[in-house]
Amino acid sequence: MRNVFLFIRKYSNFLFFLLLQIIALSFLFRYNKYHEAAFMNVAGEVTGSINQRFSKVESYFHLKKINEELAAENLHLNQLLIENYGKPDVTGKLVLDTVQTDSNREIRKYSWMGAKVVGNIEGTQLNFIIIHRGSLQGVATNMGVVSPQGIVGRVVNVSSNYASVMTMLHRQYKVVVKLKNGGERGTVEWDGVSPQYVTLKDIPKSARVQKGDTVLTSPTSSLFPGNLMVGTVSEIVDDRSSNFYTLKLKTATNFFNIEYVYVIANAQAEEQMHLEDSTRKKFQ
Amino acid sequence: MSELLKNIFRFFIFIFVQVFILFKMPPLHRFITPYLYYLYILWLPFSMSRASIMSVAFLFGLSLDYFMHTPGLHAAACVLIAYLRPFVVNMLISQEGADKNYLSPSVTSMGWVPYFTYVFVLTVFHHGYLVFLEWMSFGSFLYFLGKVIATTGISMLLILLTELLFFRKEKFRTNTV
Repeated sequence: MRNVFLFIRKYSNFLFFLLLQIIALSFLFRYNKYHEAAFMNVAGEVTGSINQRFSKVESYFHLKKINEELAAENLHLNQLLIENYGKPDVTGKLVLDTVQTDSNREIRKYSWMGAKVVGNIEGTQLNFIIIHRGSLQGVATNMGVVSPQGIVGRVVNVSSNYASVMTMLHRQYKVVVKLKNGGERGTVEWDGVSPQYVTLKDIPKSARVQKGDTVLTSPTSSLFPGNLMVGTVSEIVDDRSSNFYTLKLKTATNFFNIEYVYVIANAQAEEQMHLEDSTRKKFQ
Repeated sequence: MSELLKNIFRFFIFIFVQVFILFKMPPLHRFITPYLYYLYILWLPFSMSRASIMSVAFLFGLSLDYFMHTPGLHAAACVLIAYLRPFVVNMLISQEGADKNYLSPSVTSMGWVPYFTYVFVLTVFHHGYLVFLEWMSFGSFLYFLGKVIATTGISMLLILLTELLFFRKEKFRTNTV
């Protein structure tokens, strides 16, 4: 027994070092596994408010660009107005389909919420952004996030006024997308190399792909409504040993300067997930 | 200003500079991440015990992790260099008892060459461990090596600049007091 105490006393520094390492590594691995580490919620409030103050100053420098982007988006929306469509045939009458804009929950599947980006964590392998909209404002985990240019990522953690979003540039992020031309589905991942490019896997070789082809979100992903911009094909890797292409995509979103994003809530996500789970259980 | 107060200020300033200046810069290359924050641990006084250096380093790393949303990543690397620091200091200290006569490791107390050897060794350990943890689940060895070398180069440059800009004059204190 005495020797045990002597040992502990002699190596107390080393043991303390090991203890701190174990604590640090357990934080790291637990957080990687479950994205809702409990203590990040508390920290999110504190660092979020500091980030917000900083971003207030920073956003002045980008005002001009944001204005241009908003104007472009307004233009795009104006193009869609019913007044812009007319028929030369006077006997026909064009009416606005009210179902599209109905706020009735049962019909409406996706609703959009705007949010300001107050923190941007980049440069490492795990990229997040922090947005100033939290559970009190209707954000929950596993909601899709898009920017005016294209999709951004998925909400992984929510505090009462802030939420953190795992961007496409995160090693664990995956999303189902499709080619605009043929409609073939594949999965987008990031290989951790360049922040401008992501990898699209599992596109069958029967698909006709060309450089510059557009890639959109697939309606099979419960996260995003279909046909949102993801990126364009910049390189086709023809792997002879497999029946699938690996494509390199240039992301539509520029992750270095996003300032405003939209959070997309899917009112029926839970129902769909529940059905998928129960189907899987039934046939396994 | 007392040494304790100075170090508390440094704690916040290093975190602020790292998070809001160095990490805000658009990355030059995928290998290069400018790290400077761990200089705080290298500047801690000689007189602190190893356990307290490690505790401070752990807290310091963890507070950076809160901003970066990688709990434990920087903390683990900080604790490692805090643990190795006394070994390296003992090996490199040139004059007999310099760690008693001066307050903290610096160019004045150790001399240019030993001080930068000390910085370099701990920088390599810090980046090596950090990149190792970051790349553990993926990536090739070449990336690991490239990133450690490139990041170490940038960090050494930043530290040299910091040392020149904020030259710390260390007072010689006799140990007879």
